[in-house]
Amino acid sequence: MLYREAGDFKTSYASDSQTFPIRFDRWRYWAVVAVAFGVIPFVIDDYWANAVAVPFLIYAIAAIGLNILTGYCGQVSLGTGGFMAVGAYACYKLMTAFPEVSVLIHVLLAGGVTALVGVLFGLPSLRIKGFYLAVATLAAQFFLVWLFNKVPWFYNYSASGQITVPERTILGVAVTGANTPAWAKYLFCLVLLFVLAWVARNLTRGSVGRKWMAIRDMDIAAEIIGVNPLTTKLSAFAVSSFYIGIAGALFFAVYLGAVEVGEAFGIQKSFVVLFMIIIGGLGSIFGSFAGAAFLVLLPVLLKNVLVGQLGWATDLAAHVELMIVGGLIVAFLIYEPHGIAQLWKLAKEKLRLWPFPH
Amino acid sequence: MNAETPVEAIPTADDRKIGPVLMEMKHITLRFGGVKAITDISFDIREGEIRSIIGPNGAGKSSMLNVISGFYVPQEGEVWFRGARRPQMKPYQVARQGIARTFQNIALFDGMSVLDNIMTGRLTLMKTGLAAQSLWWGKAQREETEHREKVEKIIDFLEIQAIRKTPVGRLPYGLKKRVELARALAAEPMLLLLDEPMAGMNVEEKEDMCRFILDVNDEFGTTICLIEHDMGVVMDLSDRVVVMDYGKKIGDGTPDEVRGNQAVIDAYLGVAHD
Repeated sequence: MLYREAGDFKTSYASDSQTFPIRFDRWRYWAVVAVAFGVIPFVIDDYWANAVAVPFLIYAIAAIGLNILTGYCGQVSLGTGGFMAVGAYACYKLMTAFPEVSVLIHVLLAGGVTALVGVLFGLPSLRIKGFYLAVATLAAQFFLVWLFNKVPWFYNYSASGQITVPERTILGVAVTGANTPAWAKYLFCLVLLFVLAWVARNLTRGSVGRKWMAIRDMDIAAEIIGVNPLTTKLSAFAVSSFYIGIAGALFFAVYLGAVEVGEAFGIQKSFVVLFMIIIGGLGSIFGSFAGAAFLVLLPVLLKNVLVGQLGWATDLAAHVELMIVGGLIVAFLIYEPHGIAQLWKLAKEKLRLWPFPH
Repeated sequence: MNAETPVEAIPTADDRKIGPVLMEMKHITLRFGGVKAITDISFDIREGEIRSIIGPNGAGKSSMLNVISGFYVPQEGEVWFRGARRPQMKPYQVARQGIARTFQNIALFDGMSVLDNIMTGRLTLMKTGLAAQSLWWGKAQREETEHREKVEKIIDFLEIQAIRKTPVGRLPYGLKKRVELARALAAEPMLLLLDEPMAGMNVEEKEDMCRFILDVNDEFGTTICLIEHDMGVVMDLSDRVVVMDYGKKIGDGTPDEVRGNQAVIDAYLGVAHD
């Protein structure tokens, strides 16, 4: 009964095109934001931050980034891991070269550096599409990981070949390094995610987003109505890589602390983020959140149930977990190719009509 | 009502102003490898008129339209637009000059709503950059509202208010054609190219479409160049007709002139080989 547009009259085009046209959705949105900012930081502990919250927030940023490129602009990329590595190494180099500058600026600049690299590797997209483009981005993935392994300058000639984050503070509170409190990690990532998600929504609802979607749905028609494919595709690569770069920087600086590039940013990472947006829903900001939540939370949940509740051996549980997650991905692809976002949308449509079936 | 009341004249088709030459094709030849799609064709399109290109299947009509919209580059010949020779251009640059078109096989963006599809027609007119867009509040939102108002006028004009927020993929064929016309109109083009706007429609849908084409020409003063197979429609709508056959021009003139042209009759009815 609550979930109705009835009585909520739109009197301007601005209010007609708002993100949540139904009043109940607006309340729900603000409630989620209020809990995320006002409640969780006070109750979060190290386990929840490291196992659930922080990886979820970081993967959500990466998923939004890849969704802009693949979901909105239709350019398939398998280079996400490589671009995350660019973000991480750019952040590391900046942090060690300019220790007096705020880490927040370093993270944003790392995104900027990644955007440039993304544009460079996006250039082939002007000539090739689909699977062939995916293979070209795969080259980016392997090349970038090789580069960061091979050139000692990137890891400051450290003996282990790893990069380790120095401690940095914002307003006197450590946000990177070993002494970071759980809530600071959480809040740092949350603020970035909140702003980036809002920006992504703004970009995709306006003329930039329409250009991307026009290229995605029919590139020839898009060109005929005046969309320049060169600048449009490259802008998608730039924005997408900016997001993925920030996610990579946070993954290294806030989440892991120390990184060996092949392990943290290998091809697996590219696939994980791609699965997130496929399961969550291509071309949907909410889908990016849902997909990230699904792939971060499900393994934790399964592990807790199988090992904690049923008392299985850890290695057995780990293998069963892989099978279940894999099975669910296949099931999603078959039964709901548009992902969780589409399920959510259908549920909302049913709810609007409830208790009537039609 | 007394006799002195001034009666405002209702504009009729004959009062429409046909202006100077808007676009001129000069000796266009287009080859695909060894196949000559268009051979040495010249014709012009005047401002404010409805110009049709007709001809049997494979005559090169669509290729001609693709030359105009910059999709094909002719090997020989010149395209003149608004009194100047048009250099070789990409299709998106042609669109920015004020030439919009629809396609024979509908080319809408299936993943977007009707409203978003029509809004894409205004992309060439929207100027807000990436930075302002990412903040939304202020400039980007103002621009969006401004263009939304224009688009709503077109939605009213084409009577598709009810399907504004429907995803385009769900619409029936006739409505899709109408949405495609709306998208082309949203660009406020000087020259509108319609590639078989009535293909595959029933009589009512054809009548609706004819009415819209005439209204667009009348109310917005848009110059229209269309390809159509329905002779009744072509003869009724057009001011002038170009007839093509096997890539060559075989007739050019008013519908009546074309109707009486022996070469045209031969092309359509066939000639006895004796």
